[in-house]
Amino acid sequence: MEYMSIFVKGIFVENMIFAYFLGMCSYLAVSKTVKTAVGLGFAVIFVLGITVPINYLLENYVLAEGALTWLDESYATIDLSFLSFIMFIAVIASMVQLVEMIVEKFAPALYGALGIFLPLIAVNCAILGGALFMQERQYPTIGEATVFGLGSGVGWWLAIVAIAAIREKIRYSHVPAPLRGLGITFIITGLMGMAFMSFMGIEI
Amino acid sequence: MSTEAQVVEKEVEKKPSEPLFSKKNRKLLTDPLDDSNPITVQVLGICSALAITVQLQQAVIMSLSVLFVMIGGNVIVSILRNSIPDRIRIIVQLVVIAALVIIVNEVLKAFLPDISEKLSVFVGLIITNCIIMGRLEAFALGNKVGPSFLDAIGNAMGYAWILLAVAIVREVFGSGAISLPGMGQVKFFDTEWAGFFANGGFYEHNNLMILPPMALIVVGIIIWIQRSRNTKLIEEN
Repeated sequence: MEYMSIFVKGIFVENMIFAYFLGMCSYLAVSKTVKTAVGLGFAVIFVLGITVPINYLLENYVLAEGALTWLDESYATIDLSFLSFIMFIAVIASMVQLVEMIVEKFAPALYGALGIFLPLIAVNCAILGGALFMQERQYPTIGEATVFGLGSGVGWWLAIVAIAAIREKIRYSHVPAPLRGLGITFIITGLMGMAFMSFMGIEI
Repeated sequence: MSTEAQVVEKEVEKKPSEPLFSKKNRKLLTDPLDDSNPITVQVLGICSALAITVQLQQAVIMSLSVLFVMIGGNVIVSILRNSIPDRIRIIVQLVVIAALVIIVNEVLKAFLPDISEKLSVFVGLIITNCIIMGRLEAFALGNKVGPSFLDAIGNAMGYAWILLAVAIVREVFGSGAISLPGMGQVKFFDTEWAGFFANGGFYEHNNLMILPPMALIVVGIIIWIQRSRNTKLIEEN
């Protein structure tokens, strides 16, 4: 049940886009058509589901204070957490590269669908944000961290697909000229964020 | 002594074929403020820009952090531009940025612990702030140190003014006061200041302004105003 609540919380209550504005850059840039939005969304779920648990292991067995005790008892006082930014981003950049190569080799069809989006993801704030939130919230097990990663990925997917669908429709409406494109997208996202706020305060 | 040394330095800098403040270089500084503003036109670095605009204080600290990382990153990458192999340039850039962000984070933690706590993960997210990566990729990799330095200042300023504008609107209407670094809260719409109005002052705080969605709407309105003034930025549908 614990897993389920973390998952649902990641999608609705603590939605990456509407509650924290993470990954806004690609959210705004790649949401012109539903098809590409779905592709990028799946790539984000995929990468979050992989990098969050890896960063969790890194955090709990290398970086946090006293995490190195599995090597030697005398390392209990070592605190490497100031290195976490550089380690997390290195893990993310190399994992994205690795995932890209593996997918290209073993699942060419999936690569065809996700291929162009994968390199974009290394600098998507949602991925690093996922790792940093995982660090801040101190999930007790790796399972919960993984579920958190997948849940926030699904939340991000939901948000980008929804805005892409709205943008496809809005092309046929009469928007004031200076507001066209970017401006109206911001305002719609704000309105969607208000709608998502109704999930706030729900205790799951 | 020191001023004399600076003057001499400046003259030395001016000697190369192109002066530091030539028309082209001045454009590097002023363009990002309006015509190619990183947030409202290039759509870069939105992630961190919106989340920390609840209070002016946080926005100021964030802008200064970005200014520092931006200048450091642009100058370092520009110095290294001829020795970075093309294939691994993204990783090199990320490492340079991440190292600078770690410095910023440690300084904030040491000297401004309460603000550092409020900014939480968003200091770390400067690393993936697309403005910085974007400028390194688009400018610093192909230009000399001087212009890269100016470009960094220009873009960081373009980022900062949007951030500050959004923060001021949100804080004034959201909590009826402005918190300045080192000055505490300056109240606008409050009982003490406007005591003769009915109890609670004449302005009821609009808590909606503090919530996340309003940041997006305020930026949307800024874009609207900017584009109705500067009509060449209007997008085709």
